[in-house]
Amino acid sequence: MASTTRTPHPREKRIIFKNIDRPDWTNDIGCYLQDGGYEELKKALTMNPQEIVNEVKASGLRGRGGAGFPCGVKWGFIKPGGPKPAYLICNADESEPGTFKDRYIIHQDPHQLLEGMIISCFAVNARLAYIYIRGEFPEGAKILERALAEAREHGFLGKNILGSGFDLEIYVFRGAGAYICGEETGLIESMEGKRPYPRIKPPYFPAVLGLYLCPTIVNNVETLCNVKYIVRIGGAEYAKIGKPNNTGTRLLCVSGDVQRPGYYEFEVGGVTMGELIYDICGGLKPGRTLKAVIPGGSSAKVLSAKDRYKIKTKRPDGTMVENEIGLEDVPLDFDTLAAVGSMAGSGGVIVMDDTREMVWALNNINEFYAHESCGQCTPCREGSLWMKKITERMLHGGGAERDTDTLKSVADNIAGRTICAFGEACAWPTQSFVAKFRDEFVATAGTKGNGNGSTNH
Amino acid sequence: MELTAELQARIDEVITHYPVSKRSAALPLLHLMQEHSGFIEDDAVTWIATKLGLEPINVLELVTFYPMFRREPAGKHHIRVCRTLSCAMAGGYQLLDTFCKHAGIQRQGNGHGTHLLKSEDGKYSIEFVECLASCGFGPVCMINDDFYEAVAEQEVPQLLEKYQ
Amino acid sequence: MSAPTELLNVQIDGVWHQFQKGTRVIEACAQAGKFIPHYCYHPKLSSPGNCRMCLIEMGMPKLGADRKPEIGADGKPVINWIPRPQISCAQDIAEGMGIRTESPMVKECRNGVMEFLLINHPLDCPICDQAGECHLQEYSVEFGTSGSRFLDEKVKKPKRVEIGPRVTLDDERCILCSRCIRFMKEVAHDDVLGFVSRGSHTYLTAHPDRLLDSNYSLNTVDICPVGALTSSDFRFKMRVWFLKETKSICTSCATGCNTIIGTRQNEVFRQTPRENDAVNSAWMCDYGRLNFHYVNYPDRLKTPQIRESQGLVDASWNSALVKAGEALKQFQKDEVAVIASARMTNEELWLTKKLIDSIGTSRHDVVPRTGKADEILMSADRNPNTLGAQLFGVTSETPGSGLKAIADKIRSGAIKAVVVLGENLAELGLTVDELRKLGALIVIDILPNETTRSATVLLPSSAFSEKRGSMINIKGRLQRLNRATQPPGMARDDWEIIRDLIQQLTGSNGIYLIEDVFKQITDSIPEMNALSLSKISDKGVQLVEETQEASATV
Repeated sequence: MASTTRTPHPREKRIIFKNIDRPDWTNDIGCYLQDGGYEELKKALTMNPQEIVNEVKASGLRGRGGAGFPCGVKWGFIKPGGPKPAYLICNADESEPGTFKDRYIIHQDPHQLLEGMIISCFAVNARLAYIYIRGEFPEGAKILERALAEAREHGFLGKNILGSGFDLEIYVFRGAGAYICGEETGLIESMEGKRPYPRIKPPYFPAVLGLYLCPTIVNNVETLCNVKYIVRIGGAEYAKIGKPNNTGTRLLCVSGDVQRPGYYEFEVGGVTMGELIYDICGGLKPGRTLKAVIPGGSSAKVLSAKDRYKIKTKRPDGTMVENEIGLEDVPLDFDTLAAVGSMAGSGGVIVMDDTREMVWALNNINEFYAHESCGQCTPCREGSLWMKKITERMLHGGGAERDTDTLKSVADNIAGRTICAFGEACAWPTQSFVAKFRDEFVATAGTKGNGNGSTNH
Repeated sequence: MELTAELQARIDEVITHYPVSKRSAALPLLHLMQEHSGFIEDDAVTWIATKLGLEPINVLELVTFYPMFRREPAGKHHIRVCRTLSCAMAGGYQLLDTFCKHAGIQRQGNGHGTHLLKSEDGKYSIEFVECLASCGFGPVCMINDDFYEAVAEQEVPQLLEKYQ
Repeated sequence: MSAPTELLNVQIDGVWHQFQKGTRVIEACAQAGKFIPHYCYHPKLSSPGNCRMCLIEMGMPKLGADRKPEIGADGKPVINWIPRPQISCAQDIAEGMGIRTESPMVKECRNGVMEFLLINHPLDCPICDQAGECHLQEYSVEFGTSGSRFLDEKVKKPKRVEIGPRVTLDDERCILCSRCIRFMKEVAHDDVLGFVSRGSHTYLTAHPDRLLDSNYSLNTVDICPVGALTSSDFRFKMRVWFLKETKSICTSCATGCNTIIGTRQNEVFRQTPRENDAVNSAWMCDYGRLNFHYVNYPDRLKTPQIRESQGLVDASWNSALVKAGEALKQFQKDEVAVIASARMTNEELWLTKKLIDSIGTSRHDVVPRTGKADEILMSADRNPNTLGAQLFGVTSETPGSGLKAIADKIRSGAIKAVVVLGENLAELGLTVDELRKLGALIVIDILPNETTRSATVLLPSSAFSEKRGSMINIKGRLQRLNRATQPPGMARDDWEIIRDLIQQLTGSNGIYLIEDVFKQITDSIPEMNALSLSKISDKGVQLVEETQEASATV
C-alpha cells in the first residue's frame, strides 16, 4: 500500500483524535483505562443529569454529522419524567462522500465513543441505546461488540452502573449499505425493521415520536465523543475553544487533489481553506491550480476558486465590517461556510484542481444520489435519476442545448419540496456546479465528453 | 431450511436485543443468514418472516432495498470497489477494471444488487459500492471483510494472491 | 348529541374561516371550497406525505415578546409565512394558521410534481382503463405543463402483472403513493403488498408465495389514483365516461354496502362502493362487487309462460296472471304454501304478506342463506333484507325454520300448490319429480332453474339493478335501491306482479305506484311514519338502534 503520513500536523488540536495513530496505543479497555479512561463517566454519574444537559448547552456543541444542530438544544427537547422511555442512538453510519473520521474513532478508540455515549444516555435518561454502524464496517462492528463486552465486564454498562442506580444496555445494529440510514428518521425506520423511509416532520420529530414512537436522541459519533470532553472541562471552558457559536474542535477530512490528504482536527474556524490546502495538506500537485472545493461532504454546495464572498465580521470594538474575500481566505467554521453559500456539513473537504472536469465530477455525484435515493417521495425519486441521466448524456455525448437549464430547473424543483434533507443534498451539488461552472455544462451540447474526470490522461 | 443449532442460538440471542419489537431483528437476522449461506436464500426470507411474526413481503422489502444483501451467491471472494467522487478521482474506476482483468471477470455494468459480476471459475465476484469512508486514502476497496486503502494498480495481483 | 367541539380560526387565501379542532389542513381547505390536489392522502388511511402534490404555503401567527400572537390592523393575528412549502395532508389546523393554496410558489410546486410523475410514466392512456377517472390526467391538465422536457429513457418495470385473481398490476404506471399497501394493512388486515428495490426503480409487488387474493382486493383498484391497479373483470370492457352511474346498494349480504352501479345501454359493467360512514365506510367486498354478471346473462327469463300438455308455452301477462289466480283459487288455504325470499325489497315483501293473507295460508317462509362473517364488512347473513322479511311477517324470528315442514307436506301431498318468489325449491331438498306432482306451482324469478322448469305458471321478474325499492340491513338501517337498468324482454317489476296476483285473488286494491306501496308501509310501521321513498336519501335512515348483530368494523 502507498504510505500515507498519519502523524498529526503541529497546528492541529487533537482532542477527539488524541489516540488515533498514537504509537503503542491499542483499542482494548486496558489501554484506555491506563490512559485515564472512564474518569469522566465516573464524574458524570455524580452529577444531576440535567446538569450535564446544561453543560452541553453552555458548550455550544453543534452536531458533527452534517446538520450542525446544537446538541444541547436537541437534548433539551426530551422532557424528563415523560411516560414513554427515551432512547439514544449513535449514528455511526458514516457515508457522506468525502467524510472519513468516525471510522477511526470506531476502529482505534471505541471506548472514547462508548464513554461519551454512556454519559449522554445518563443525561437524557435513556436506558436502552444502540449504535447504528454502517454495514461496510464489519471489523468496526466486531471491535464495538468487544468494547461493549469489556465495558460490561468492568461495570460501566448494565445494571446499576458503578452503583449509581442507572441501568443502561447498548447494542450494535449493523446497517446494510444505504446512505439514507444516516438520516435520523430513516435510521429509526431501519432500526424498526422497515424500509428506511425518512418520516415526515411534523409530526415525527425524533425527540417526541422517535424509535418505537418514543422520545429518541440520534447523535453522531464525533458529537458523542465531545460530550466526554465537555464533562471533563465544563461547558463554559469548552465554549472558549473555536469561535462563538462555532465552538470546540472539529475533524476535517481532506481528499482529492492535494499532496497530503487525510484527517485533521482543528478548533472550529481555526484554519482557512487556503491554510488547510497549502499549509496543512502540502498544496496541490506540481503545476496545478485550484479550481473548486466541496467543503462539507458531497451534499455541500461547491465553491469555486474564482469566487469572491462578502463577509461581515465583528471588529474587536464590536462594530461590524464587511470584507470581500476569496475561497482561500474562508475560515472553515459553520457560520462562515453558510455565509459563503455552502456548509460545514460533515467536514469532508474535497479539493479539485484545474485538470478536473466539472461535468464529470457532478455526474459522479449525481450517480451517487440517484443510487442512494430511497424513492419515497416524488421529487427526489424521479428528479435524482433524471439529473444523473442528463449529466451522463452530457458526458458521453448527446448533450442537448436545453440540458443545462433543465438540469438547474430540476434541481430547483427538488430542493425544499421533499420529506427529508436528501432533497437538498441531491439538488445542491447540481445547483452549485451549474451556477459556478456553467460554461463547461453548456459546452457539452452536441459534443462527446471524454468521461474519465481529468484532461490529463 | 436447515439451520445449525449454533446459528439458531445466535438468532435467538440477537432477538433479545430488541425487546420492544421483534421486527427490529429483521436486519440483524438477514446479516446472520448471509454470513451463514453467502447470500439470502428465498427460504431465508420466509423463515425470518415466520420467526419474527411478519409477512414475507416485509422481509423481501428489506432484502431488495439494501445493496449489501445478495439474492444469489457471490464468488468465493467478493471484491467491493468504491466509485464515489474522491476515489474516482484517485482512480477507482481503473482499479475495478484492473481487478476484473486479473480476477478473470467480464466487465459490464455496475454489478449492483442482484446482478453480480463473477469470474468463470466462481472464485471472485466484484461490484462497485458507494463511499466507503476513507476518501483521503483512495482508491479504496474491500475484499470480503478486509479493507484496503490506496490500492495501486500494480498491487492488485499480489492482493488477489491472498484470496485463493 | 355530540359534545361541543372547539372551533379554530384559520386564514385561507386571505379569508378567515372557522373549523373544528382536529380538522386536517387539506380537509379544512376543501370545506372552504379550495380543493388541494393530492395522490397519497386518503381520509380513511394513514398519511405518509410522500407524493408532495398537496404542498401549500403555510404560516403561523407571529408571536410578540409576550409569546402571544401579534394582532394586525384587521384585528386578526399577523402571520409569519414559512419559506418552505408544507404538505397539507398530515397536519391538523392550528389557531391562527394561514394557508395559501394558489400562490406562485404553490403553482410551481404542483407543476414540478406533475412533471416528475410523468417523466417515467408510460404513455398508456389509449389502452389504460383508468382514463377518464385518472388523477394523473386530471391534475396534469389543471396543474401541469403540456410539453415534456424529458429526453432520456424511461425506467422499465413489470407490466400486466396478475398480482391477484381479480386485480391486474402495471408497475410502470404506479406512482408509488402506497395507498394500496396501507389499505391492505390497515383496513383489509392482510399485509400482502409492499415495495421492493430502491429509488426510481422501486416497484409494487406481493411476495412470490402470495397473491392479492383478499376479498377486499378490488378496493385497491378504487383508491389507486392511476391505472396501476385495475380490475381484471372490468379490463378493456368499457370507457368510464360512457357509464351511467346509479346510486344503489349491494344485495349480496345483509350489510348493504352503498354502491354505484355503472351501466351503459342497459348492461351492467361494474359496481363501485359509495361512501357511507354508517354502513361501509368507503369500501365493499369483492364478492358483492362482482356479483352482478348474472343480471346480464342471456338466459334471463323474458316471457311469461303457462304449462300446457306439451310443456311451458309463452303467454301474455294477462293470461298468465289469470291462469295463476284461477289455479290458486282451487285450493284450501293451508294447501297453499308461499316461499318468498329475503333478497326481495320491503315493498315486495309487504305485498307478499298481503298475498299470503289473501290466500289465507299459514305456510310461508323465506330461504335463509348464511356464511361466516369476516369482521370487516361481510355479514354472516347473506340475504340483504332478512329484517324486512321479519318486519312484514313473511318469516319468523328464525328464518327458514318452517321450510322442513313445508317440504315434508309437499312430498306427502298435504300441500298441493306453491307460490315461489325468487328462490329455488331444490334448496329445500325437493326433486323435480316431487315438484311436478304439485297441482299449481306459480314461480316468479329471473333465471332458469329446477323450479322454473317445473312451474305451471312462470312469471319473469327483475334483478336487483332493475329495482327501485328499499331494504333494511343487518343494523336496522333502511336503504334505497335505485333502478339502473330495465328488466329484459317482457319481464316486470316484482312488486307489480305480486300486486296483480293479489288483484286476481281479491279484486282491485288501488296501488298504482311504488310510492303508494311505501306509503302503506309507513302508515302501519311506527318507526317509519315520517318517511317516503325519496326521504330515505342516498345515505339511508337508521330505523332501530344498532344491535349486537352489527358486524361491520370499518
